[in-house]
Amino acid sequence: MRLTGAQALIKSLETQGVEVMFGLPGGAILPVYDPILESSIRHILVRHEQGAGHMAEGYAMVTGRPGVAIVTSGPGATNIVTPLSNAYMDSTPLVVVSGQVPTGAIGTDAFQECDITGVTMGITKHNWLVKSADDIPRTVAAAFHVATTGRPGPVLIDVPKDVSNAQMDWYWPSSIDELDLPGYSPVREGDPVAVRRAAQLMLSAERPVIYAGGGVLKARATAALRELAERTGFPVVTTLMGRGCFPDSHPQCLGMPGMHGNYTAVTSMQRSDLLIALGSRFDDRVTGKVDSFAPHAKVIHVDIDPAELGKVRRAEVAIAGDCRIVIEELIEALAAAGLDGRPAAGTGQPGATGRPGTPAADRPALDEWWEQLRRWQDEFPLHYERDEGGAVKPQMVVETLRDLSPADTIVASGVGQHQMWASQYWRFDHPDTWVNSGGAGTMGFAVPAAIGAKVGRPDRTVWAIDGDGCFQMTAQELVTAAAERIPVKIAILNNAYLGMVRQWQEMFYAERYSEVYLSPDLPDYVLWAEAMGCVGLRVESSEEVAPAIDKANQIDDRPVVIDFRTDAFEKVFPMVPAGASNDAIVVHPEQDRNLR
Amino acid sequence: MAEGARHHILSVLVENKAGVLARVAGLFSRRGFNIFSLAVAPTDEARFSRITIVVDVESAPLDQVVQQLDKLVNVVSITNLAPHEAVERELLLATVAVDPAERSQVIELVGVFGGEVVNVGADRLTIMLAGGPDKIDDFEGLLGTYGIVELQRTGRVALPKLTRAQPSIAEAG
Repeated sequence: MRLTGAQALIKSLETQGVEVMFGLPGGAILPVYDPILESSIRHILVRHEQGAGHMAEGYAMVTGRPGVAIVTSGPGATNIVTPLSNAYMDSTPLVVVSGQVPTGAIGTDAFQECDITGVTMGITKHNWLVKSADDIPRTVAAAFHVATTGRPGPVLIDVPKDVSNAQMDWYWPSSIDELDLPGYSPVREGDPVAVRRAAQLMLSAERPVIYAGGGVLKARATAALRELAERTGFPVVTTLMGRGCFPDSHPQCLGMPGMHGNYTAVTSMQRSDLLIALGSRFDDRVTGKVDSFAPHAKVIHVDIDPAELGKVRRAEVAIAGDCRIVIEELIEALAAAGLDGRPAAGTGQPGATGRPGTPAADRPALDEWWEQLRRWQDEFPLHYERDEGGAVKPQMVVETLRDLSPADTIVASGVGQHQMWASQYWRFDHPDTWVNSGGAGTMGFAVPAAIGAKVGRPDRTVWAIDGDGCFQMTAQELVTAAAERIPVKIAILNNAYLGMVRQWQEMFYAERYSEVYLSPDLPDYVLWAEAMGCVGLRVESSEEVAPAIDKANQIDDRPVVIDFRTDAFEKVFPMVPAGASNDAIVVHPEQDRNLR
Repeated sequence: MAEGARHHILSVLVENKAGVLARVAGLFSRRGFNIFSLAVAPTDEARFSRITIVVDVESAPLDQVVQQLDKLVNVVSITNLAPHEAVERELLLATVAVDPAERSQVIELVGVFGGEVVNVGADRLTIMLAGGPDKIDDFEGLLGTYGIVELQRTGRVALPKLTRAQPSIAEAG
């Protein structure tokens, strides 16, 4: 079958099982847009290429399938650099197709030329400049293989216009061997000797903590993690990228560690004698000052990327492998080494306060540890001052949203205070329901990511919890959502500031506020929402919060934006100051006396 | 050139494709690893090239350098050669300004080191020397007393040392 390169590209994407792609056409990619008219693939026309990239990320994060975006050369391609960088940091599988000027014009500074494979070399798992139409099917197959196996990540395929227009004989590679990837072979199984050593360490630990990250979600290892936790009775912390990989409402879940983690999660790691790091990477936002992070802990580190092992913290036992497979191997090794196979926890008896008791009934060695953990939880729960009849508290908005929305609601967020409050106060009981920008910290992520998530899971309610600063960066994609009938819901926690920066200036720059004020009503978010074809609502008092959310949850034919006017003075607590030891955790001022 | 534990040699087999060297060099720069020297050439198989990198292991732990390199899709295999486990060679070309009175001294020096005079001008000589890095260092130092006009070194190439053990009867049979 003779096809043009462009037809072969679209056919390759179809063969790969792509159901939707996000993009915006332009000169160099024009040939590829023509066969899209006949394709089974749904194309969603974005308003800015950054939106296409973040939508593809949101789609990938909730479906586990690679997100696909398509852009033209030059500025089209550079506009998607931020999403590529974001996906690279958060290990999100993404396939971006970019147009390129004709091969003969490459290197001549032609109109809309940009060396995008050069630009994205350091922020993609791999990229390809396709030189011949014959290479297209093989390259597309290789791109999906690389993006989705091993540690997932973004890839880019750059297709010059003459390659799209050239003729080729259609084929489809029948096996991985035909993909021409002699240097690519990700590991899966863990080294059995290391797994047995890890099991031995786990059996003798007195203050263990399972430190579960985004890798658990990527590996579809949530059930395995739950079994491991319940058999061992070990407490579990879930990182910002791992929220939802172990249910927040499980009695063994301590919640999020890190710079804005809760006191118990942070301090449990500091006092731990054994950290079992599963698909987590000792990010600086988790460790604080590395030299004083978990100083007494031995470390078992499981990661599919061997380069993460020992990168930040030396591990007593380092295991390269797929998280699900290695956790299952660990469970077997623990059973073989004499751990009672009976699930120990989840069985925690709810105490008088509704708080479960010590979960590991058959692991008396852990009793003391659990008593300590429960004391910390009692003394230092997440805390904010409730409504004093004044400004709406942003934390209260998150709690109300959580309580009034279905349990499996997908939550997207941007980056800043609202992101931390969302992560702290939402109850993540389901995997793949938290869509946020962790490693890169990309402001403006929420709106397009929520749209992509809703496209991937149209059956779910999708809320974006956004800041007013973030919203202004990518809000135009709500036009896309309205036009394409993608009914996402956006809660703007509008405190009229770049709030996180404001918080740092208040705490660490002597309240010298430099370039952080945004204004609560410029722009008018309700008018803006309406102009973009959404329903716009405004909430100015605590009593209006629940009714507005109820109203938004009932709208299912178009996007909704709620402008919550929230307290500009509210800060995120606890907080570990940048570069400080986690021992220097700052709790809410009202709890401070408990520390002394 | 201070030799010793600071440097390690990585012999990296890569796909012979456009942009691969940029990927390797880019990785070193963005991860903050220091390259001491680098030599690239095709191998006996046209699909592959070999990059010999002398790495400054004080800039980053060797294991981290190797693991990050191994993640590059175009990197096929990495052989890590500790200095005492490798046979290393480097080539030096140098043009030296010599007046006729000194010429014979320089030619003698080249002879002592087993080098070769490859080009002769009215008041200049171009000299070639191949050898281990220490020998090249010594030679360069001695040449310096004569006014070096231009000097170029290739960077090291290396292969693992062969074992001296005799093959067993079974293996030989």
